[in-house]
Amino acid sequence: MKAASMTARRQNLVSCHNCHLLCDAPVPVGKQQVACCPRCGTTLHSRKPNSLMRTWALVFAAVILYLPANLLPITITRAIGITQSDTIISGVIYFLHSGMVPIALVIFIASVFVPLMKLLILIYLLISVQRRSRRRLVDRTRLYRLTELVGRWSMVDVYVVTILVALVKLGAVARVDAGPATPYFAGVVIITMFAAESFDPRLIWDVMEDDE
Amino acid sequence: MSELMACHECDLLTRLPELPPGGRAHCPRCGCLLQRDRPNSIEKTLALSFAGLVLFIVAVSFPFLAMKAGGFEQHSNLLTGVWLLLEQKMVLLAMVVLLTCVLFPLAGILGLLYVLLPLHFGRRLPRAEVVFRLVSHLQPWSMMEVFMLGILVSLVKLGHLAEVIPGISLWAFAVLIFVLAAQTAVLDHHQVWERLEALR
Repeated sequence: MKAASMTARRQNLVSCHNCHLLCDAPVPVGKQQVACCPRCGTTLHSRKPNSLMRTWALVFAAVILYLPANLLPITITRAIGITQSDTIISGVIYFLHSGMVPIALVIFIASVFVPLMKLLILIYLLISVQRRSRRRLVDRTRLYRLTELVGRWSMVDVYVVTILVALVKLGAVARVDAGPATPYFAGVVIITMFAAESFDPRLIWDVMEDDE
Repeated sequence: MSELMACHECDLLTRLPELPPGGRAHCPRCGCLLQRDRPNSIEKTLALSFAGLVLFIVAVSFPFLAMKAGGFEQHSNLLTGVWLLLEQKMVLLAMVVLLTCVLFPLAGILGLLYVLLPLHFGRRLPRAEVVFRLVSHLQPWSMMEVFMLGILVSLVKLGHLAEVIPGISLWAFAVLIFVLAAQTAVLDHHQVWERLEALR
């Protein structure tokens, strides 16, 4: 693989994060020096700054929020005098029991499985980069692409709560209120999106260069 | 020089080949999609942005869903949920919904019109680069299609509780999702940046 070594960084070039213009790497003068892309004005970095540390911090924050998001009730339903609190999981179980399997699957995948997988994948990528792993580079890049792509779909439950709150306000008959888990859950989705964004997949490949 | 590109996922330097119509160029090392030939990208994106703007106005201004049960009737539009979350003192959550489902998608449509309409006539408005950069940053945060899935889930959830009547806005919203998806598929960032650079 002789092509593997021909990276932009090796050639002293920097690819703009935003418009992907190849620029000459800025010559570091002082710590404060900032170089911007001549085409779109984005600050130039060969790799995203402090990528590993930032991603770790965001992953930890998301893991902490993941607990209240799943343990506290996400909706509080009052219907004909009966008050019922539902967590995400109890909602899924309710749908399974009432035979609405597709809905149960949608909620389970979007709200439980995807955020959890995303956190696990990011932790795996962070550890494998730090251990300078050379295994399955292409697969790991694919995993990263996947986490970036599916993360936003976890927002579904937040929207379901919003719509239910808006619609179910039928006087004494029924009403739905957003439970205390809702903001935590929105936090998990947003923070994991930021975490995926702050991870630089080029770090996965940097070991290849260092080999030579 | 312009044909040399660094893969933004693995940093490999690649010379981009001349793309056949509809062709794609992938990074030989990690497989990341580097470039795709999108003929008339700017004109198509413009057309879809206009369509999107009209649908957006319809979606926000007409009734969205109505619910009937036990003599009560509750109407809602796109923003009712946001207001009611505010009433419940869930300010942050209301902001998240307002931003991701209304403001970011709208900003995306208006931003593209601001950059691409003049570009179609060979002009460039001031700060077009900043606007286009913002549009690309906002893109993952505009989640109307996720909201649509939320609506479907809610409808099934409510089906046993009450009668749900879809409004005009819901249909406009559904079409808007497809228009926005087509817009993202058709927009060629590379081409826009090259045209903007040439006009400076």
